[in-house]
Amino acid sequence: MNLSKIFKNLFLVILASLVLTACATQKAVKVDGQLQGDVYTGTDTVEYLASGVPDRVFFATNETVLTTASRETLRKQAGWLRKNSDINVVLEGHADERGTREYNLALGERRANSAKDYLMTYGISSNRISVISYGKERPVDSGSNPLAWSKNRRSVTVKAN
Amino acid sequence: MLFRYILILLILLPFKAFGLIEVDITRGNLSPLPMAVSPLFTDNKSKEVFQKIINKKDVGSEISIIVENNLKQSGLFNPLNKDSFLQEADIAHLKPRFEDWALIKAQALITGKVTAVDGKLRVEFRMWDVLAGKEMMALAFTTVPTNWRRVGHIITDKVYERLTGEKGYFDTRIIYVAEEGPKVQRIKKLAIMDQDGFNVKYLTLGNELVLTPRFSPTNQMVTYLSYFRNLPRVYLLDIETGRQDVVGDFPGMTFAPRFSPDGKKIIMSFAKDGNSDIYTMDLENRVVARITNHPSIDTSPSFSPDGKYITFNSDRSRYQQIYIMKSDGSNVKRISFGKGLYGTPVWSPRGDLIAFTKLHKGKFYIGVMRTDGSGERLLTENFYQEAPSWSPNGRVLIFYRETKTNSKGEGFSAKLWSIDLTGYNERQVVTESDASDPSWSSLLSN
Repeated sequence: MNLSKIFKNLFLVILASLVLTACATQKAVKVDGQLQGDVYTGTDTVEYLASGVPDRVFFATNETVLTTASRETLRKQAGWLRKNSDINVVLEGHADERGTREYNLALGERRANSAKDYLMTYGISSNRISVISYGKERPVDSGSNPLAWSKNRRSVTVKAN
Repeated sequence: MLFRYILILLILLPFKAFGLIEVDITRGNLSPLPMAVSPLFTDNKSKEVFQKIINKKDVGSEISIIVENNLKQSGLFNPLNKDSFLQEADIAHLKPRFEDWALIKAQALITGKVTAVDGKLRVEFRMWDVLAGKEMMALAFTTVPTNWRRVGHIITDKVYERLTGEKGYFDTRIIYVAEEGPKVQRIKKLAIMDQDGFNVKYLTLGNELVLTPRFSPTNQMVTYLSYFRNLPRVYLLDIETGRQDVVGDFPGMTFAPRFSPDGKKIIMSFAKDGNSDIYTMDLENRVVARITNHPSIDTSPSFSPDGKYITFNSDRSRYQQIYIMKSDGSNVKRISFGKGLYGTPVWSPRGDLIAFTKLHKGKFYIGVMRTDGSGERLLTENFYQEAPSWSPNGRVLIFYRETKTNSKGEGFSAKLWSIDLTGYNERQVVTESDASDPSWSSLLSN
């Protein structure tokens, strides 16, 4: 093995480790910071209905499917609603600004209803839950970037009384 | 009130329609027709009367400016600078010295005069073919003086029709949503204005969110979405009386309303339990009909001008695409197959095209396609734009654009824009405030 080959291999090893570190760092930032896929996982905009009960769940672009994290949030909300049987809620469904206004109204309605359906599977009566869609009309983040849009794709549970 | 005006059209001289100027509007007009719009002559006595009634020193001159601006905005005509005019307005109206007008390269000349008759405004105007040395058109009508701006629009419509062979779109209005405030807390009001941006009136106070107003083909009524009492529902508004009524009694959100071509029905979406379908309601007998019944999102419906078909967008094939069906909901057929998502289909008043919004690779396009989905043409690309509405002659589309905000989330704005079907003549429609969701009325007169 001549010297140049050794250098070459060494260089490749260094390069590979750099790439791996870069990936690892990037992934770490994404997970503990803000996004998984394009679903928001941060807590910037989240408010709490009670201690440990987040008020909102987030969605992927054009999706209305609940993520694992969203289902966990909704289970906490269901528990809180069972304990506070006098409280009714409104689920406010929202979309990001990257869609046509009318389709977004429908999408927001579908998102709020997928949250409602899940709460109902935990025994919360549909009489206690109403739904409203705001489409893209009420963003929480005025940014025009993927992170802002991920915060705006949401269903928020709000006390109605 | 605007509608209760008297219009007496009398043809002073017969049309002479041989071998005169014609403007082809079917392709982008790269060399707009040079025209001279002479000020409409107003005699001193009439000036005094109009000064009193509408506080205008020289209403004839102002009307000619309206005509000029309309012609210029159309992109088809090039009104020449009045400073170069050699002949006095009153004499030109009687007998133009064609060689003088030819000298400044005018191919057509518009002359006229305005007189006060019993407190009314009487206008007569003529259009001349400068090169042929012939009169092309002569018309006169009388109206209430407060309609003076509309006089300019009606003259433009006549000129446009004479030169292009198609109806104009100038004596029309735009209903839209006026916007103010930060992006996260926009205040929205219904507003109406003349097609050229004048005579703005606000129809709601901004206490509740309002969206997507659309004109009835009869012009007296508007249908729109209001969040009154936090219940998003489709409403009818009589713009003459201000009366508002909720459309139907639906246990959930109704949205995306439009009138049928005869103005007798509203077509809209009704969302319940996470599913949006299309319904119609007959405004006379209040009968509701369900048109689509599918677990996907079906919305943004629009009738064909003969009322026999409906176009709408649906995500039944997973992503938002454009479909057509018969007006009873049968024979649903997807027509958009290009790359990207397609929404807000709206049938041309001429019947042959559907305008739409397309989303592809992070860009928004306004485009048109034939009613079988063939011949797709994208007219304009932007960061965000959507919701085209046709001019009543089917030659121009108006839509709205929103800007990208900066890294601090600042710099948001929403504005109205228009573009010709040819893809040329893209321009901002200037509004007092930010604006969105424009809908073009049909012609108020003619």
